[in-house]
Amino acid sequence: MTTTTYQQPNAQGYYGKFGGAFIPEMLHRNVEELRSKYLDIIYDPAFQKEFRSLLHDYAGRPTPLYLAQRLSKQYGTTIYLKREDLCHTGAHKVNNTIGQILLAERLGKKRIIAETGAGQHGVATATVCALKGVECIVYMGEKDIERQAPNVARMKMLGATVIPATSGSKTLKDATNEAIRDWINNPVDTHYIIGSVVGPHPYPDMVARFQSVISEEIRWQLKEKTGSELPTHVLACVGGGSNAAGAFYHFLEEPSVQLVAVEASGHGVHSGLSAATTQLGKPGVLHGSKSLVMQTEDGQVVEPHSISAGLDYPGIGPLHAHLYDSGRGVFLSATDEQALQAAFNLAKQEGIIPALESSHALASLEFLNPEKPKQSEAPIPPKALFTKDSVVVVCLSGRGDKDMATYMKAMEMK
Amino acid sequence: MNRIQELFNQKKGNILNVYCTAGFPQLESTVPVMKALQDSGVDMIELGMPYSDPLADGPVIQASSTKALANGMTIATLFEQLRGFRQQVYVPVILMGYMNPVLQYGFEKFCQHAADAPIDGLILPDLPEYEFETEYGPIIQRYGLNFIFLVTPETSEERIRKLDSLSTGFLYAVSSSSTTGKDKDMNAVNDFLQRLQNMKLKNPVLVGFGIKDKPTFQQACEHANGAIIGTAFIKAIENTADVEGATKKFITDIKS
Repeated sequence: MTTTTYQQPNAQGYYGKFGGAFIPEMLHRNVEELRSKYLDIIYDPAFQKEFRSLLHDYAGRPTPLYLAQRLSKQYGTTIYLKREDLCHTGAHKVNNTIGQILLAERLGKKRIIAETGAGQHGVATATVCALKGVECIVYMGEKDIERQAPNVARMKMLGATVIPATSGSKTLKDATNEAIRDWINNPVDTHYIIGSVVGPHPYPDMVARFQSVISEEIRWQLKEKTGSELPTHVLACVGGGSNAAGAFYHFLEEPSVQLVAVEASGHGVHSGLSAATTQLGKPGVLHGSKSLVMQTEDGQVVEPHSISAGLDYPGIGPLHAHLYDSGRGVFLSATDEQALQAAFNLAKQEGIIPALESSHALASLEFLNPEKPKQSEAPIPPKALFTKDSVVVVCLSGRGDKDMATYMKAMEMK
Repeated sequence: MNRIQELFNQKKGNILNVYCTAGFPQLESTVPVMKALQDSGVDMIELGMPYSDPLADGPVIQASSTKALANGMTIATLFEQLRGFRQQVYVPVILMGYMNPVLQYGFEKFCQHAADAPIDGLILPDLPEYEFETEYGPIIQRYGLNFIFLVTPETSEERIRKLDSLSTGFLYAVSSSSTTGKDKDMNAVNDFLQRLQNMKLKNPVLVGFGIKDKPTFQQACEHANGAIIGTAFIKAIENTADVEGATKKFITDIKS
């Protein structure tokens, strides 16, 4: 049970100790169908051609790699922003949903289901279903439906049916449970588009491959701009971890590149209102894979907290659990307040309003700043600190339009 | 030989296995409900360990789990409640639950405490056969516990044979497209059960999911050794002050 690389899980879907497919027998046929076919389908030249052309013409790729000069000056190093916020639908989520809708089509599936927290993955799924004229059902926690009305409206306008998840805590984890139940009850014609690098094998690997276009582009864009394909640091926020998986992917086997994952610590890691899974979680099984899970001593999954709905998840993808466990990745966390400050800072410094999720990655610049590092709740290995010669890429995973209500409230309080 | 094998040696058909959630409707209901089930003539009991995220269960059983957790139910509490329970409950008892709480408790410690109770078997629907074979199965066997796998109409014949060879006690046949508590097309279920019957499997077969009353129980028993009732029983006891009376009435109606 060994993995030879970080990029690729073993045949059973394990990254080190984490991964696998812990699913009830009722899901076996669907998951096995996917597992036995996904690589052949994805690497079929006709698939690649259609996938690449939709990424280019429909999603707007490649997204720019932007040298943020004022931000660079502020932090005393060179900072590039990977502009996933400029993707169609406003975030990196669409890279995965385009891939999965093409896959579902080749599997002959007529009906698409998805889970969503803040609604970004739901919107990205509803979008590609509209594009292909396929039925789309999105499960969303009842509480999130109230909190994220504009995205609910977007999904409905795109023709999707939004079904409230009313069980448990009525948020993302429960929406995921409901989507899995739907799949159990519709075993033949339905494909489940999971939105992150979570779930049973092969989902974590499949979603990472679709999102890997982010780091593929970073490499050649950086080469054009600096003469080297390799940055010194890549920073990304992590909830389930799809944008981080995509931004890290082509650097996983490059030991000189520091991979910095930033979790949401809410009111503070030990405040009881946090979503910093690597700091608070223990090994466990959630939504079909073994990973780090925030849970009680009795193994009941606890409800996390973050100001950003996209990071408000009690688990983390098995690839990231492995990066944490093996020490290949540096895991930091930023609080609600630090993320808000980083969002306002980027808006003023660069004229870019980031999503709250991405703002957590931006907030970690404060911890790694060689001039005046801020106290971080997680220990920072010295190798992770910047120097003035560092080349830092921050994955700006989404834009802040969806978060304007939160930002407006923050401005009122000042 | 444990109680499950003894039961199947003595009784080949119409075996009635009823599911109840530990710590439901009250924290202290666990043993009294099992006793009432046994006294009403139930052959075997599936005792559910409540979990916050029970993927394979429908809304009724999930709600009973949520209530049990709110009552303060934990695996540690369950094993305390089971201390000495064999003085009252002699039918086979199977613990059903999900991997995460069991892993937190400690898989081996869990098996040891289950065997000490003594419990007869385990159903962990999210423990797949690869993990069973490579890691967890040997521990379960070391403590003499049966382990019951699920099969569905979507399970291939080859895979059914594999899961039958790994199962001890019985094989749990669920209709496809099934979280618990959904009404099923009984004709399709019948075809599936007949197929299983013709395969001449090593283990007896009990049918779960969609069995709710006397007619569905009898129909399920036509091509299987018996059936498991869960959701319908939880519904029968969820809103009553007289849990034992409601249990007796529910089981009597099925067995009459």
